[in-house]
Amino acid sequence: MNKKQINNILIWFSAIILIILIMTPGLWVVLTAFRPQVDVMAKPAVWIPRNLNLIQFETMLFGGSEGSMGRSPIPVLSYLRNSLIISFTSTFIAVLVGTIGGYGFARHNFKHKNKYFLLIMLTRTIPGISLSLPIFIIFSKIGLIDTHIGIILVFVALNIPFTIWLTDGFFRQIPRAMSEVAMTDGCTKLQAFWHIELPLSRSGIASAGIFAFLISWNEYALVSNLARSTDSKTLTVGLMDFTAQFTINWPGMCALAVFIIIPALILTFMVQKHLVTGLTFGGVKG
Amino acid sequence: MAKVSLQGVSKFYGKVQAVKKIDLEIIDKEFLVLVGPSGCGKSSSLRMIAGLEEIDEGIIKIGDKEMNNLEPRERNVSMVFQNYALYPHMTVEENLGFSLKIAGLAKKEIEERVHEAAGILDITEFLQRKPSQLSGGQRQRVAMGRAIVRRPDVFLFDEPLSNLDAKLRNQMRTEIKRLHQKVSTTIVYVTHDQVEAMTLADRIVIMKDGIIEQIGTPLDLFERPATKFVATFIGSPSMNMIKASIVKQNNELSMKTNDGIIVPVPKDKQNSVSEGQNISFGFRAEDIVPLKFGQKPSSAWEMQSSVNLAEPLGTETLIFTNFGEIEIVSRMFTPEQVKSNDVLDFALNLDRTYLFDENSGLAI
Repeated sequence: MNKKQINNILIWFSAIILIILIMTPGLWVVLTAFRPQVDVMAKPAVWIPRNLNLIQFETMLFGGSEGSMGRSPIPVLSYLRNSLIISFTSTFIAVLVGTIGGYGFARHNFKHKNKYFLLIMLTRTIPGISLSLPIFIIFSKIGLIDTHIGIILVFVALNIPFTIWLTDGFFRQIPRAMSEVAMTDGCTKLQAFWHIELPLSRSGIASAGIFAFLISWNEYALVSNLARSTDSKTLTVGLMDFTAQFTINWPGMCALAVFIIIPALILTFMVQKHLVTGLTFGGVKG
Repeated sequence: MAKVSLQGVSKFYGKVQAVKKIDLEIIDKEFLVLVGPSGCGKSSSLRMIAGLEEIDEGIIKIGDKEMNNLEPRERNVSMVFQNYALYPHMTVEENLGFSLKIAGLAKKEIEERVHEAAGILDITEFLQRKPSQLSGGQRQRVAMGRAIVRRPDVFLFDEPLSNLDAKLRNQMRTEIKRLHQKVSTTIVYVTHDQVEAMTLADRIVIMKDGIIEQIGTPLDLFERPATKFVATFIGSPSMNMIKASIVKQNNELSMKTNDGIIVPVPKDKQNSVSEGQNISFGFRAEDIVPLKFGQKPSSAWEMQSSVNLAEPLGTETLIFTNFGEIEIVSRMFTPEQVKSNDVLDFALNLDRTYLFDENSGLAI
């Protein structure tokens, strides 16, 4: 074995250790979702599953009580509906507004441009949870507690700065000459944006969309304060329905967690090729 | 087909005035080259014609129509950019046809015109490729094809060859010239390369610091530079330029350099200068030749100097030598071996020596 091979083995070995470290909690969640409470609580821990079942999912989605510790099933479908409405709407608005903002910052010069940009980015330095109390007080005064609109509003505000930052970078990558050529080619400014700059930055916009969606979909702390009932509670907040005063239904909770992960995973796979950038290269220079 | 006229046109970037009230008449079907060092305002002028920059002062007309408040798309001009700016997400065919599609032409006509343009530029075989699959020269051709497919009134070229390597640049230069003959449309062409300007232009406009230094045919500028700047900018190698003041000697006016070398003022300039005036005098490399290897001009001034460096280029040899403290270059057309430190007698052709007033920079 030469030095290079030893090096390779070392790199692979450390990569595998790292992957195990990252994957284990996730794997544990998935395993737990399919196991009876007895196996979950067993000491020492049972790593290799002995009997797997779908009871938790059946209970969660269709009701029924066998093996679910007699708890009445939680309204997962309502939560799912809330999650979908809130995540998609807030992502759509954030990407729309953020893209326009990013384009503005990338292409136009106005007074104090850098200061505005910095200000918008600074809003993201405030931890979201520290805003929960002020937001709660304001929302309770104007009646937005426990509503879709209220939560959507929070997520839009949370996601716009990031979207602006990301799309600004993408629009900057597109040479100005591109839209200028389009304009001498007979386009209006809007047509040049629509036919040339938008398609060229779609990787950036798709990435921004994915991130915004995942943030909205996975957010827990803020929503747990703002959502009170099935009217607006999202899936993540619904996880807490599995805790009672003295017991926690771990398998049920993990089943819901798996249920939450799946759509996010599918969506990420669908647009992952856009996450890999590089579309604009080739049209310019040699 | 159209003439273009700029009347008192200015451009400001903040407090900096990039273009200073320039006047320019571009004749229909003319190939006009704007040339100058970077920051001279040539690109700004071009972009104002295209409508990509606001015209802060003055009027620009294409044909007889004022363009000041028209959008780029309303001006019927085509622009070719330095970095080509091909649409990377479209095939060559779509790139060429994009403007026609936007204009709402029928599919069949778009196809015809795209193929016609592709034929002119010899890119028919690449029509289905994406820009990223083309070489630099091919991209440049597609960019030109995209410009001609619209049949514009005016072509605007913004340093189109500066991204190409030397060999390709020469080749594309010829093609642009040929293209102009084929489509015979007014062309305004911006470059910083004086060789490009000399070879392509019907007329050259030399700009510096936002003003026009001189307008003329390539030979005009070469033979009769109006200013010191034009004299040193046009021609390769650059014209030798030496500072001097006018002194009187034996009832004749002479030029005394800072190193104390005295050269007589050429006969025809004797009455145009006065004693004490600060001037620069310039002469091209081919107008100061080693006596041994060249023909002695009828009106010559001779000096002896040693060779610092010789660059044999085949048909010619460039000899770097000193004129007092200043290094000058001499060009000889005989294939003789000259080595460093050879001491040679040089003859300066006084009939081809240019004088410039040091204060105004204007030719005397």
